[in-house]
Amino acid sequence: MTEAPPPDVKRSPLHAVHEAAGASFTDFAGWLMPVRYSSDLAEHHAVRTAAGIFDISHMAEFTIEGPDAAAYLDHALAGRLSAIAIGQAKYTLMLTEGGGIVDDLIVYRQADEEFLIIANAGNHDPVLAELRVRAAGFRVTVVDISDDIALIAVQGPAALAVLKATPSLTAPGLDELGYYRHLDGTFEGIPLFVARTGYTGEDGFELYLPADRAVALWSSLMAAGTPLGLVPAGLASRDTLRLEAGMPLYGHELGLDTFPEQAGLGRVVAVKKESFVGKRAIEAGPGEDARVLVGLASEGKRAGRAGYAVLSGDTVVGEVTSGALSPTLGHPIAMAYVDRAVSAVGTPLEIDVRGSRVAASVVGLPFYEREK
Amino acid sequence: MAAPADLKYTSEHEWVLVAGSIATVGITAYAAEKLGDIVYVDLPKVGSSIAAGKVVGEIESTKSVGELFAPVAGTVVETNEAVVTNPELVNADPFGEGWLIKVEFAQLPELLSLEQYTALTV
Repeated sequence: MTEAPPPDVKRSPLHAVHEAAGASFTDFAGWLMPVRYSSDLAEHHAVRTAAGIFDISHMAEFTIEGPDAAAYLDHALAGRLSAIAIGQAKYTLMLTEGGGIVDDLIVYRQADEEFLIIANAGNHDPVLAELRVRAAGFRVTVVDISDDIALIAVQGPAALAVLKATPSLTAPGLDELGYYRHLDGTFEGIPLFVARTGYTGEDGFELYLPADRAVALWSSLMAAGTPLGLVPAGLASRDTLRLEAGMPLYGHELGLDTFPEQAGLGRVVAVKKESFVGKRAIEAGPGEDARVLVGLASEGKRAGRAGYAVLSGDTVVGEVTSGALSPTLGHPIAMAYVDRAVSAVGTPLEIDVRGSRVAASVVGLPFYEREK
Repeated sequence: MAAPADLKYTSEHEWVLVAGSIATVGITAYAAEKLGDIVYVDLPKVGSSIAAGKVVGEIESTKSVGELFAPVAGTVVETNEAVVTNPELVNADPFGEGWLIKVEFAQLPELLSLEQYTALTV
């Protein structure tokens, strides 16, 4: 149980702040990140009822600039990025030629010829390599700014109030900012990129700024937000929050051998685009026998975990990719890939939980949806 | 919370309180903290025989699953129903209200002192 971090592990610009707050750390994709500060459950509930502040500086950021930026992204990625307006964000995928998923991404359009891409920390290298390879023939510059940027997420129903209460933070138009929209603000006079995006199923914001300003911003947000119920939240609660919200996690629900359609992300692929990496394979489809992602809900307390078999009678019909006892709903939930024949909502299945069978019904995703 | 010096420990992060022929067993504060919020505890049945070193129960948190290993061989004479109902007791008071099982034993195996156990957790 004692684990010493590997010597080359990366530390967030906020590491000292987390240590001072009493965080426990975990090695996540080569980064030493806070897994919890006090209690996973308390942090989870705080995000559902008030607000949580997350350090997600481990995520990778790339800028794309140049006259062909939009056309390049239409070629390199699954979505039609040329169609998004300045100030808009889009959830998209990077596909392999074979139709599998290199990573899931958020792309922000900052100007006609300027985009910002956020990738998972664990996929920094393959995404950057592919962005460069796919740039051949396009007038674009791909720049890796991952080490220069800190990323702080404030999530929860009180998130807007927290940002508004934070002195030295200006963000004109924040009240009216729509979901998956972004704007330029300032913090202590330094440019601050504010996006209404997140990975928790709640309203919230993601704030990007130079790494050397991260501690000051975190401290200001905490000082202003604590009276509003803001608490620091770690990766453990981030995982249960995103699971309840039915959001996929790369390496669990998504991978190089997963077609978007299997993961319920068929709509993310603009298959009518004239050409893009993976188009031919996507048009051919993953095949009739490819499993599909479903939600499973159980009674009791015993949760299926990643890797556990899903059964129909005595036949293995699938495998759990993520699961937990849902803190908000109070019963076990899981995402699993199952055979199409047993994927309809309401289908009764079982999960093999370390040798004992736990009944689980197929349910629609997400498990949890906030009231809007 | 410090681990009390009058307890014995195992390398599986369990503590054992010996009183006569009865051993009370729980998990250490270190183990509880590593697991995170405990949401489900599965304990062996009262009256069952358990073999030292074998898995006899589970302690599940939101994040992961920990196994309960029997630190001594013997017969389970009591289980803590309070932690089955309120698993968070294990986090709140691992060395007290969060105890897990009581085992009647004939022979006590070699266990770790607080000093020996603490050396495993740094």
